[in-house]
Amino acid sequence: MEFIRKVGGVTLGFFQDVGKVSNFSFIAIKAMISSPIYFSEIVQNFIRIGFFSIPVVGMTAIFTGAVLVLQTYTGFSRFAGESTIPTVVVISITRELGPVLAGLMVAGRVGSSIAAEIATMKVSEQLDALRTLAVNPFRYLVVPRLIACTLTLPLLVLIADIIGIFGGYVVATGKLNFNKALYLSNTVAYLQAEDVISGLVKAAIFGFIIAISGCYSGYNADQGAESVGTATINAVVMSSVLILFFNYITTQIFFAT
Amino acid sequence: MTTTRKKIKLETKNLSKSFGSKVVLHGLDLKVRENESLVVLGGSGSGKSVLIKTIVGLLKPSSGKVLLDGDNITDLDNKSRNNLMSRFGFLFQGGALFDSLTVWENIAFYLIHNKYIEEAEARKIAEEKLSIVGLGKGVLDLFPSELSGGMKKRVALARAIANDPEVIFFDEPTTGLDPIMKNVISDLIAKFRNEFGATTVTITHDIDTVKTIATKVALLHKGKIAWTGKSKDIYDSGNKIFDQFIHGRVSGPIKVEGVHEKD
Repeated sequence: MEFIRKVGGVTLGFFQDVGKVSNFSFIAIKAMISSPIYFSEIVQNFIRIGFFSIPVVGMTAIFTGAVLVLQTYTGFSRFAGESTIPTVVVISITRELGPVLAGLMVAGRVGSSIAAEIATMKVSEQLDALRTLAVNPFRYLVVPRLIACTLTLPLLVLIADIIGIFGGYVVATGKLNFNKALYLSNTVAYLQAEDVISGLVKAAIFGFIIAISGCYSGYNADQGAESVGTATINAVVMSSVLILFFNYITTQIFFAT
Repeated sequence: MTTTRKKIKLETKNLSKSFGSKVVLHGLDLKVRENESLVVLGGSGSGKSVLIKTIVGLLKPSSGKVLLDGDNITDLDNKSRNNLMSRFGFLFQGGALFDSLTVWENIAFYLIHNKYIEEAEARKIAEEKLSIVGLGKGVLDLFPSELSGGMKKRVALARAIANDPEVIFFDEPTTGLDPIMKNVISDLIAKFRNEFGATTVTITHDIDTVKTIATKVALLHKGKIAWTGKSKDIYDSGNKIFDQFIHGRVSGPIKVEGVHEKD
């Protein structure tokens, strides 16, 4: 009996959270399409979220590309399929690894900082202060982060794609003695626009998820210093799980078309 | 002594607020006249902060209403609420300055985002407000993290008066400050009322503040007003609850959890 009650409790709690996050997203989107828009906040967040994430995303991409070449070589050389490696690498990176890994890295870096910042503002009554100064915290805090994150993530993924492919190229030509020109021509030969575009669409969705998770967790923090830590953890867990979940959903959609 | 009674500026009627099953405010009726300084006293957890936040509209009352100049301001849409905020100033307990903005951007925040005034003019107004609270222009470009506790409070005060509000709310203005800084802040609050004609509502548990700034005093106890009267009457209120509170007696009608009264 106790077990059934617990399962029921967890299930109800889960759907309650889904409802709350959906409602939060709905309010955020509504605020997004109404004035005033705080452009300077958007620009600041663009720099903070986008520009300063380039090193971490770049590092992730270069090593991922490098390791991908080594691993595929190990497998593909068993049936003399080495010539397909450039194609495998470019498709894996643009369609899947670029967006997912960049998304997860940015979720760790940016999602956590958004959550910590907004939670601290809530705990120290700065959210209330905004309202007493006739500024809607949703428009001033949530919307700029949402816009910046949704727009910068595709750009970051594009950078990650290029760096990742370059990482693969360096290892393939430097260590595995691939012909440089042949590797490059094979990289682009079978690449389709859809491969890149589907990755960038995913990236935009992940950007939205990261910002919403961070803002939602921060906004719903309780009082006290501990709650700031909890909000940060929640943001990272929530955005990572949602990224992986929506990664499957979007892949499924692009796969069918 | 006869004085012409000023009109009622702010009024709560049967104001209640509960969180779940916990009732914090229990049908409060309070009146503040124009240019009056009401100080609401109350122990920790008596619901003082909830009261002040419900009055300005940061929290929605469970029932009852709040009137400003006779107009009901309880259920306003966002736009009217924002317009209303231009008539209020609010000093938060910890200052609640925006960490990412400089002192002058904090002070001029309302003007920049609602009046859309030019940066140079906003800076000038910030400097002017800063001088009212006794700070020089040297702090204009500092960030809140670079200020001491007392300075933060004063900058927050400058922000609260940036728009020349009609009613200013002070949430525990002197808590956590040294005795001298306490007096500095209390004197400023009195100055806002005396020189700028503002109506002020202060919540505190600090009796010294009452003596400096209050014209009217109310004691909040268990979500109700236990006593209300003029500040000169606080030592002969004839009210047992109020008496216990201002003398800080452990035994009396106010029970402290975990403390046993001596016989």
